[in-house]
Amino acid sequence: MEAGMVTPAPALVRFSGIQKTYDGEHLVVKNLDLDIKKGEFITLLGPSGSGKTTTLMMLAGFEVPTQGEIYLAERPIKNMPPHKRDIGMVFQNYALFPHLTIEENVAFPLSVRKVSKAETQARVKAALRMIKMEALAQRRPGQLSGGQQQRVALARALVFNPQLVLMDEPLGALDKRLREQMQLEIKQLHETMGITVVYVTHDQSEALTMSDRIAVFNDGIVQQIDRPDALYEHPVNSFVANFVGENNVLAGTVETIEKDYCRVALAAGGSVMARAVNVSGAGASTSLSVRPERIAIIPDGTSSDGPNRLPAKVQNTIYLGDHALAVLDVAGNAEFMVKLQPGVHDSLRPGDNVFVTFGPKDCLALDPV
Amino acid sequence: MTEALLTGANASTEVPLKRRLRRAERTRQVKALALVLPLLVFLLFTFAGPIAGMLWRAVDDREVRQALPQTVAALANWDGKDLPDEKAYAALAGDILAARASGTIAIAAKRLNYALNGFRTILTSTARNLKAVPEPGTAKETLGKINPAWRERTTWTTIKDAGGPVTGFYLLAALDLTRNVDGAIVAAPADQAIYRDVFGRTFLISLGVTALCLILGFPVAYLLATLPPGRSNLLMIFVLLPFWTSLLVRTCAWIVLLQSKGVVNDSLHWLGIIDEPLRLIYNRFGVCVAMTHVLLPFMILPLYSSMKAISPAYMRAAASLGAPPLTAFLRIYLPQTLPGIGAGGLLVFILALGYYITPALVGGAADQMISYFIALYTTETANWGLASALGAVLLLATILLALVYGKLVQGQQVTGGMKN
Repeated sequence: MEAGMVTPAPALVRFSGIQKTYDGEHLVVKNLDLDIKKGEFITLLGPSGSGKTTTLMMLAGFEVPTQGEIYLAERPIKNMPPHKRDIGMVFQNYALFPHLTIEENVAFPLSVRKVSKAETQARVKAALRMIKMEALAQRRPGQLSGGQQQRVALARALVFNPQLVLMDEPLGALDKRLREQMQLEIKQLHETMGITVVYVTHDQSEALTMSDRIAVFNDGIVQQIDRPDALYEHPVNSFVANFVGENNVLAGTVETIEKDYCRVALAAGGSVMARAVNVSGAGASTSLSVRPERIAIIPDGTSSDGPNRLPAKVQNTIYLGDHALAVLDVAGNAEFMVKLQPGVHDSLRPGDNVFVTFGPKDCLALDPV
Repeated sequence: MTEALLTGANASTEVPLKRRLRRAERTRQVKALALVLPLLVFLLFTFAGPIAGMLWRAVDDREVRQALPQTVAALANWDGKDLPDEKAYAALAGDILAARASGTIAIAAKRLNYALNGFRTILTSTARNLKAVPEPGTAKETLGKINPAWRERTTWTTIKDAGGPVTGFYLLAALDLTRNVDGAIVAAPADQAIYRDVFGRTFLISLGVTALCLILGFPVAYLLATLPPGRSNLLMIFVLLPFWTSLLVRTCAWIVLLQSKGVVNDSLHWLGIIDEPLRLIYNRFGVCVAMTHVLLPFMILPLYSSMKAISPAYMRAAASLGAPPLTAFLRIYLPQTLPGIGAGGLLVFILALGYYITPALVGGAADQMISYFIALYTTETANWGLASALGAVLLLATILLALVYGKLVQGQQVTGGMKN
């Protein structure tokens, strides 16, 4: 979709018609085709069981595809053992070798490659400087905090300059503040070193923060591969709209379609104009998707003749510091969220009757949930 | 001022706080003690007590002192260079007559015979032929006439050495050492010097069995730790199966299997591989096979528990970092199993050191381990001193080994498995 944005280069990694089943009955990955370009930071995002980790494990060589072929730098690697793939990997629980010091851990990939002692020393030192942990070189993993272990795992996966680095939910065990800090550090490393990263997470905000492109997985199928902003602004179906960012859903039926827009009759009465993204035609049922920050609340009685104006009843308001949320009952959806500036919510009381309004371009008509 | 106030506040609260902590801890400690008390008492009576008794018996030497009290007293100041004076002879004559009357002469004779072969005859013949207390001044002559051995210095040094109340005689004997007539420690005569050999054999067999257990147990433990739970449980039952039958039954089963008309020999003969039956039992081979079989679970279980703690992610990480399987195993997996290898090895080795029934049943004369001799001296010849001394030496060697192992394990934790 956005391929024109990047200079066309041969893909570093190509998944071609990949299928994977563990039990011979259910496909965990169904027909995966995916190109990863050199220097790209691509995130495989999806709920647990969606096939994203299996995909990563097939790329790393710990699982064998049931069907299809994986190419790394144009070479088929389906039957290549993991240690020959030259792929660095950061594991969920870091997997630092507990019996080796930090220095020995980072030196491990170099020593198995028979790199000379002097060069190993220099590269390990540089890697430890990069993660600002030179002082802790002689410690053991057990003596480090989670964040420090994470950094060491990162240094160990990068020190041998692999052509590709895989990360399997590397920040899952860290607390929120540290996680956000590490996200920026990893992003920075990616940019300064120009490495290709395949990152697996179920945390959509993490994916949005770090990625060049995100592949949204569900049910063994890639739902959409796109840049973070495109994914958020132009989700191709209800799953992506709901999984990436906050989203309000309204059920309805398409009445008419006019070019890019359509008129949708809501199940609870009333009708709105929406962008026709994923609807088959007039008469089809659809799910409308509206982001909480694209909605305005109009106090009862104020006249406004927008195209999409729906009556709402205030259920609750939630103060969140930098913003506030109003929970409304709109057209049968009792958890309809509207993002507000703090202060605005003060005038809303539970039980108030108000109107919500949003532009037709911010309302997407997608496949029914 | 603020500082003074702060320290003042600290000083005033610190003492009561400590006391309160102690009081709070005390209840907990009393409870803990009450829980372990029954076992503690049990161990004291059945373990610590008997071991202390055994160690004491290894140096206890009061038999001669009780049977010949005046002689021992008279020899106390004897320098051992020449024959003792008339007073000692008179004391001995008096002691022998008294001991004969009370029947303790045989006990002293037995003890003295350990130190000097033939002493039993000297003492009993003297007791038989000594009619009455010799006239004053003639004791030396009378005794020398009854048995010329009383004119030998060795006879008297033997009595003096055995005078107790404590002695190093048994411990020296357990190490094939003895004191010569001048009291210097020398090697025991060749026909009595067997214990170093037996200790060496005991350690060699134990070491061999430990190595066999490790070689056979390591792959099994690895399987146990890596198989899916269902199959791993089944395998575990097979590992523990030997514990469900008695040691005696298992050892006898090996006799059935390995004897010259046994299952193994018959099968090999039937297959045409051998013409003559192989000697598989009543030799070192049989001992090692039977002991390895019995001790294998003690190796597998510690190995299994150490392997179970190794996350499969480590091997994956090693592979992803470029290590071929063998390198990953040697540098990542094996070092992490070292505590298990150490624990299993020590357990098997120490258990093997004390093995008695198995070597006794399936071993030949040259395969009997130290426990056999301890049992022999305890139950057959009632030489408790030597039995205790052999036990003490074995205990000491075992403790030393355990200490060395402890040091090694400690060093392991400091330096890690990988050496540069």
